[in-house]
Amino acid sequence: MASDKIDVRYVAKLARIALTQDEVERFGKQLGDLLEHVNVLSELETSAVPATAQVVESTNVERSDEAGPCLDRETVLSMAPQRQGAFFRVPKIIAEP
Amino acid sequence: MNDIVKRSAADIVRDVSAKRISARDVTEAVLARVDEVDDRLGCYLTRLHDRARQQAQHVDERVAAGERLPLAGVPLAVKDNMCLAGTRTTAASKILENWIAPYTATAVQRMLDAGAIPIGKSNLDEFAMGSSCENSALGVTRNPYDLKRVPGGSSGGSAAAVAAFEAAIGLGSDTGGSIREPGAFCNVVGFKPTYGRVSRYGLIAFASSLDQIGPLTRTVEDAALAYDAMAGHDPMDSTSIDRPVEPAASSLRDDLKGLRIGIVKEFETAKLGPEIDALYKRAYEELAGLGAELVEVALPTADYGLATYYLIAPAECSSNLARFDGVRYGLRVDGADVGQMYEQTRAAGFGAEVKRRILIGTYALSSGYYDAYYVKAQKARTMFAQDFRKAFERCDLIAAPAASSPAFEFDSKSDPYSMYMMDYYTIPMSLAGLPALSVPCGYAGTPALPMGLQLAAPLFEEAKLLGAAHAYERATAHAAKGTVAV
Repeated sequence: MASDKIDVRYVAKLARIALTQDEVERFGKQLGDLLEHVNVLSELETSAVPATAQVVESTNVERSDEAGPCLDRETVLSMAPQRQGAFFRVPKIIAEP
Repeated sequence: MNDIVKRSAADIVRDVSAKRISARDVTEAVLARVDEVDDRLGCYLTRLHDRARQQAQHVDERVAAGERLPLAGVPLAVKDNMCLAGTRTTAASKILENWIAPYTATAVQRMLDAGAIPIGKSNLDEFAMGSSCENSALGVTRNPYDLKRVPGGSSGGSAAAVAAFEAAIGLGSDTGGSIREPGAFCNVVGFKPTYGRVSRYGLIAFASSLDQIGPLTRTVEDAALAYDAMAGHDPMDSTSIDRPVEPAASSLRDDLKGLRIGIVKEFETAKLGPEIDALYKRAYEELAGLGAELVEVALPTADYGLATYYLIAPAECSSNLARFDGVRYGLRVDGADVGQMYEQTRAAGFGAEVKRRILIGTYALSSGYYDAYYVKAQKARTMFAQDFRKAFERCDLIAAPAASSPAFEFDSKSDPYSMYMMDYYTIPMSLAGLPALSVPCGYAGTPALPMGLQLAAPLFEEAKLLGAAHAYERATAHAAKGTVAV
C-alpha cells in the first residue's frame, strides 16, 4: 500500500480548494496521520475478495424514458449567484490568445 | 413546561385522532417550548413557526374531515441537510447559508403527508461530517443533559430537540453512526434503517453508498411509527429498495423469547473502563433476562472498520461535493477566471473538516493511489458484509455498544482521528448496510450521562429489530430515569 507523504497542494488543486499556508501545513500533518491509520488495511488479505460499491443486492435499475414534472426555470435561476437572462453567468473560461 | 410537549408521538396521534386535543394546541405548546429553551440549546438553525401553524391547521381540517393520519399533529425536527420547499436548507455550511430549497425531500414529504408538523430545521455537523455537531458552521448545539457537553453528531440538533421536548420525532441521517451516536448521547432512540429503505431524494449527499435517513425519538414505538410513514420505494431515488415493507409499529413485542442475540467477540468492552464495561455487560444480561439466548459471534474485520470507512466516505464526499462550485447556487467568491472562482468559493464556503475529507477522498481516488486505497477499501467492505452474513447464521440480532463513552465536553477532541474513533462501533453496520439502532441503556461517568445500547439486524429486518428494542425499552425504562437540565 502507498505510504508516500501526501502532496497537499497538488491534491487541493485537484479538489479545487485554495489553501492558506497554515492549512497546507496543518492538513498535511493531519492527512499524513490519517493515512498511517488507514494503512492497516494492507494487513487484510483481499486478493480473492471482490470489491463492492454497495451491499444491498440492487441490480440495474431502469425506468421508462418519459418526461415528468421538473423545477420551474425561474425558481432555479433565482438562486444563481449571478445570472444573465436565462443563463448562469460565470467568469471568463476561455483565455484571450 | 406544558406537559403536552412530553407526550410521545403515539400518544399525540391517539389524542389528535380522537379530537381530544388539536394539532394546533400541540403545535403551540411545542413552539412555546422552543421559544423557552432553544436560545440556550441551539437545536434549530431555522425555526418554522409560521409553517408549523399552517400545517397544524391543515392537519386539524383533515382530521375533522374524517381522515386517519398516522402522524396527526406530531411535532417534527428536520435535520438541515433535508430539503423542505421554501425553507432555508443549509447543511450547516456557509456555502449553503442562504439557500432556499426549491423542492421537498421524499422522506420529509411522507412525514408531512402523514400529519407531522415541521417545527424547525435542526443543526448538524457541516454536511453531516462529524460526531459532535461541533463542525457546524452556523451554530452550537448543547446536550440537554449537560450544557457543557456536545449532543453528538452529526444529527445532534434533531437528537437534542427530541430529548429536550422541542419535537417528538427528529429526522436524522446516518452515514457511519450519525443517528445512533447522538441518540445515545441524548438518551433517545436513534434508528438507521437498511440502506435504501428510506429514499435519499432531497437529502444533501455526503457518501451516497452509506447515507440513510432515519428517526430519533423518545420511544421505540415512535421510531416504528416514523419508519412506517417514511419507508418504501421512491422512483426519485434509484437506490431506494423496491420491495415490500413489513410494518414495524404492529411488530412490537414485550419479550425476547426465541431470539438469539449475538455479542461480538471483538467488541470487548473491558477496554472502555470498568464502569462502561459493567454497564454493557448488564445490558446484555437484561436482554437475556427477557428470554433472549446470548451467543458469541465473530467480526474478524472489526478493527478495520474505521480505515475502510475513512477511505470510502471521503472518496464519495469528494465527488458529491464537487457540485458546490459557485455557479448555480450557494456562495460565490469572485476570482479572475473561473478556476480561481471555484477555488476561492470552496475555500471560503467549506469548513476545516469538510476540506480535510474532500482532500483525503480526492487523494484516495487520484491516479496511482486508486487501487491501493479506494479499491482496497471496497474489498474490505465486502468482507464486512460477508462477516455479518456469517454471524447472522448464528443469531437473529447483534447487540453492541452504540458509543465508547458518554457525551464529551466541547473542544475535547482536538485531533481528527480521536473524533473518528467515536464511530468505532457503528461503522461496521453502516458498511454492511444493516438496519441498526441505539436505545438508552443507562448512565455512566460523573456527572452520570446517558449511554446507548446498539442493536443490529440482517438486511430488511427492521420490524424484528424494532420489536426487540421495544421489549428492552419497556422492561428497563432507562431513559425515564434521566432528567434534562433545561
